[in-house]
Amino acid sequence: MTINERQDGIIEEFEMFEDWMDKYEYLISLGKELPLIKETKKTSENIIKGCQSRVWLAADLEKSKVHYTADSDAIITKGIISLMIRILTDSSPKEIMETELYFIDKVGLKEHLSPTRSNGLVSMVKQMKMYAIAYSSKV
Amino acid sequence: MKFNVNDIRKDFPILSREVNGKTLVYLDNGATSQKPQIVIDAITGYYSNDNSNIHRGVHTLSQVATTAYEEGRKKIQAWINAEHSEEVIFTKGTTDGINMISNAWGRANLQKDDEVIITEMEHHSNIVPWQMICEEKGATLKVIPVNDSGELLMEEYKKLLSSKTKMVALVQISNTLGTINPVKEIIALAHEVGAKVLVDGAQQVAHAAPNVREIDADFYVFGLHKMFGPTGVGILYGKKALLEEMPPYQGGGDMIKEVTFEKTTYNELPHKLEAGTPNISAGIATAAAVDYINSLNWDEIHVHEQELLDYATAQLKKIDGLKIVGEATKKASVISFVVEGVHAYDIGVIVDKMGVAVRTGHHCTQPLMNRFGIQGTVRASFAFYNTKEEVDLLIVALKRAINMLS
Repeated sequence: MTINERQDGIIEEFEMFEDWMDKYEYLISLGKELPLIKETKKTSENIIKGCQSRVWLAADLEKSKVHYTADSDAIITKGIISLMIRILTDSSPKEIMETELYFIDKVGLKEHLSPTRSNGLVSMVKQMKMYAIAYSSKV
Repeated sequence: MKFNVNDIRKDFPILSREVNGKTLVYLDNGATSQKPQIVIDAITGYYSNDNSNIHRGVHTLSQVATTAYEEGRKKIQAWINAEHSEEVIFTKGTTDGINMISNAWGRANLQKDDEVIITEMEHHSNIVPWQMICEEKGATLKVIPVNDSGELLMEEYKKLLSSKTKMVALVQISNTLGTINPVKEIIALAHEVGAKVLVDGAQQVAHAAPNVREIDADFYVFGLHKMFGPTGVGILYGKKALLEEMPPYQGGGDMIKEVTFEKTTYNELPHKLEAGTPNISAGIATAAAVDYINSLNWDEIHVHEQELLDYATAQLKKIDGLKIVGEATKKASVISFVVEGVHAYDIGVIVDKMGVAVRTGHHCTQPLMNRFGIQGTVRASFAFYNTKEEVDLLIVALKRAINMLS
């Protein structure tokens, strides 16, 4: 599945929600799922500090694809991270670099990715792309 | 005039708006207060009728604007009980005032091995400027610790004081904990060793007029936006003798007497410390904010705010797993709390969906968060226009958020 097909899938999922409660309950449930990152990778090197919540992000190159793992101490942030990972992980560096994350706007989560939120998500997206750029020279 | 919260609320147009389809419950007054119509009118009135640069203009508009701007200074002088109007310096805000003192006063007066005392509950803006000047001068920064209730340890403070102490800079009301510090006593002790004291009154001004002469502060700083006035303007009060011997902070227009390429002489106070065109509309609206504050019955407001604090504290304590951070005996209407197993950010996001505005995070007091071993808190901060019904709405929203998140 291409990255954009995955984004469209998520947009479709969110269309079923009738109000903000449903949407946030879904995000919270995503956030509550299994830890997204190994404890050993929750290092100070992998931390992205926001004013409001902390995010950890790691990326490995596996069979020419970038594999992301991440976590956050805030559960809504974690739910959004889980969506990001679902969209971007195990794709080629080139595809990740060229991706425009349009789903954020479409599913009404734009406020969480505003730079003023300082929850670490904006820096996380930037960092995900940086990993792709770094790995693109290795494939 | 008798205080009636429902009448008072009508003075603030924003309080009747909706957020996310719900009536706004604004409990983020510690960050900024809302503005009464009279303040909004003063700003639009200036731009609509009187817009002109102030000081030295000979034309009518400039004179009208200058008079209105200087009226703001005089009203603040009376409100804070300063002896002279030139002791009232317009700044950009609290942070700007602290930086002015740390830079201009600090550079002229601090030397190697001198000591500056701050407290563990300071906002970053009363920590970082002092760290910067101490580093530059080879001076040392000392910190008064707080107890588990969030009160300053006065015995520790007394131990820190010595002939090396040149400045004590502290907050009057903690923005995070709500603690009201005994500034008068702290100032008296500092003066005994010959130190000067700067009081950060940012939170104080929303709850009571500071009386700079009664507490004998050397410097007192605050911003207008937390006292129902506009953003972008603040006040630095300083004792006249100290401000007179202090070198200017910034150079530019308005602050000079005579300029040649060889030497510049400086203007008199307060203009010596007010370089450049100021925020004129905000200065003019300052007068309106003070007029508004003076029109209220503050004895009754104190009772109302105490009731809000007591009621909200009691209601919050009934919630399982909720712990209040900061339980000082003397406290303003500011409540910080954490909920076991639930992140502050998540709570903030969910209650916002229900129209309730609170602040979450470290509140620019990271060392204080470290002291309590937490990452951040949820903070509800109340102004006189808040109601018990709004406390109830906070509790409903909070319970729903905790239910969703745990």
